[in-house]
Amino acid sequence: MQERLTTHTIEFPYTRTLGPVYSAFLTGMRDGQVLGIKSRDGRVLCPPTEWDPTTGDALDGDLVPVGPGGVVTTWAWVTEPSRKHPLDHPFAFALIKLDGADTGLLHVVDAGGIDSMQTGMRVVPRWKQERIGHITDLEAFVPEGSK
Amino acid sequence: MANDIAIVGYAQSPSLRQAELTEPQFLFPVISEAIERAGVERREIGFTCAGSCDYLSGQTFAFVMNLEAVGAWPPISESHVEMDGAWALYEAWVRLQHGDIDTALVFGSGKSSPGLPAEIYPLQMDPYTLTPLGADPVSLAALQARAMLDAGKITEREMAETATRSRKNAIGNPYAQVTGDDDPETLLKEPYVTAPLRRHDLPPISDGACAVVLATADKAKALSKRPVWIRGIDHRIDIHQPGMRDLTESPSTRIAGKNAGVGKGKVDVAELSATFSYQEKLLSQELGLGDGVEINPSGGPLAANPVMAVGLARFAEAARQIAERGKKRAVAHATSGQCLQQNLVAVLEGD
Repeated sequence: MQERLTTHTIEFPYTRTLGPVYSAFLTGMRDGQVLGIKSRDGRVLCPPTEWDPTTGDALDGDLVPVGPGGVVTTWAWVTEPSRKHPLDHPFAFALIKLDGADTGLLHVVDAGGIDSMQTGMRVVPRWKQERIGHITDLEAFVPEGSK
Repeated sequence: MANDIAIVGYAQSPSLRQAELTEPQFLFPVISEAIERAGVERREIGFTCAGSCDYLSGQTFAFVMNLEAVGAWPPISESHVEMDGAWALYEAWVRLQHGDIDTALVFGSGKSSPGLPAEIYPLQMDPYTLTPLGADPVSLAALQARAMLDAGKITEREMAETATRSRKNAIGNPYAQVTGDDDPETLLKEPYVTAPLRRHDLPPISDGACAVVLATADKAKALSKRPVWIRGIDHRIDIHQPGMRDLTESPSTRIAGKNAGVGKGKVDVAELSATFSYQEKLLSQELGLGDGVEINPSGGPLAANPVMAVGLARFAEAARQIAERGKKRAVAHATSGQCLQQNLVAVLEGD
């Protein structure tokens, strides 16, 4: 029997704002700059949130540049990437405490091999040439000094 | 404070890598068995609450189909949580506190086999910073395991020992999917799946269901010779972003355990939703469970992981230990989200 195919295009015919914090954060990504936010107790949270994670207080949108480099606080080596992962070859997921930030940003490290990974290593971002205001504008972190 | 509520009936389906039947089809006998064990008439049940995940079916309101297995005519009073059935049990427990009804049916079910869990679960996370990275449960668990290894809070050997004991315990469990008597040395020779996790550190992908019947005190005493009392129950949530908390701790488990009253008496047995091997030690410590506590005699989630039923199954297995195995006091634990983000703890007791 002949396979019958049909194409549906689902549209969301509206625009939405990401709010004061994520909007600034992702605009920063477009500009090649990672931003954090100051919490009430003076810590810098990255990724930034609209509310203090400990107290629930609204944060006033005091965004500050962090990075560009940072430290890997924990990591996982992905041997077989899925279709939804940002890289198509083995890589590490890592929590990265960027310079000037007090929390870990989840992202990927394109390290070449598992032997290049270790907790406490320094990494720097590799930006895409064309950036659209998306977390994956930052293509991957790479070991510092590896370029 | 709260009125005493008891578990008076429970049932499970076997966990299968790929069930031939649809979800309502394999739910039907499970729900029927739980109701029969409770000794109630289906029409007597005052409230029904289900836990399931529409993402697994890829269809909004997929959970409505599952009501086919309940029998919803004439109309019944029912609700649904997009969470494990353990949280449906919590909702039913709250509903029974009102005192105007005396029985409730709770069930959880999930069919993970049609899709790719590693691609589905990232959709449930922060859509701006986590979903676009395809942050999957195994990778996130591996981050937490590495944090514990680096902190010296666990060893890969201990993780393998947990997996070994789970598989051995599961040998007698007719609902289990993964059983075996390999020793830790053999398991540790296997390659990493997502380092530092090996296959034995991961739960199986399972299709399955669980159902529990609850009753208020007077009704439970009338129905059952050995009602299993819920003496305390609480659930708490840690922050969503995995990098904003210390992954080597689980404050939400600690607080829920304290509020449920885990430390108020000797615990004989605990059924923990330690979905990944390293989580068992972390949970045990946060709940203050000492060496004398038997953990996951059923084999736990490493032996059978019917998503959305696996937490409720901890209630069924803990209740079995009291109703059928003569234990006095048991802890049941369920979790949801990545890296033990949300935790529910209950204390169960026999008379």
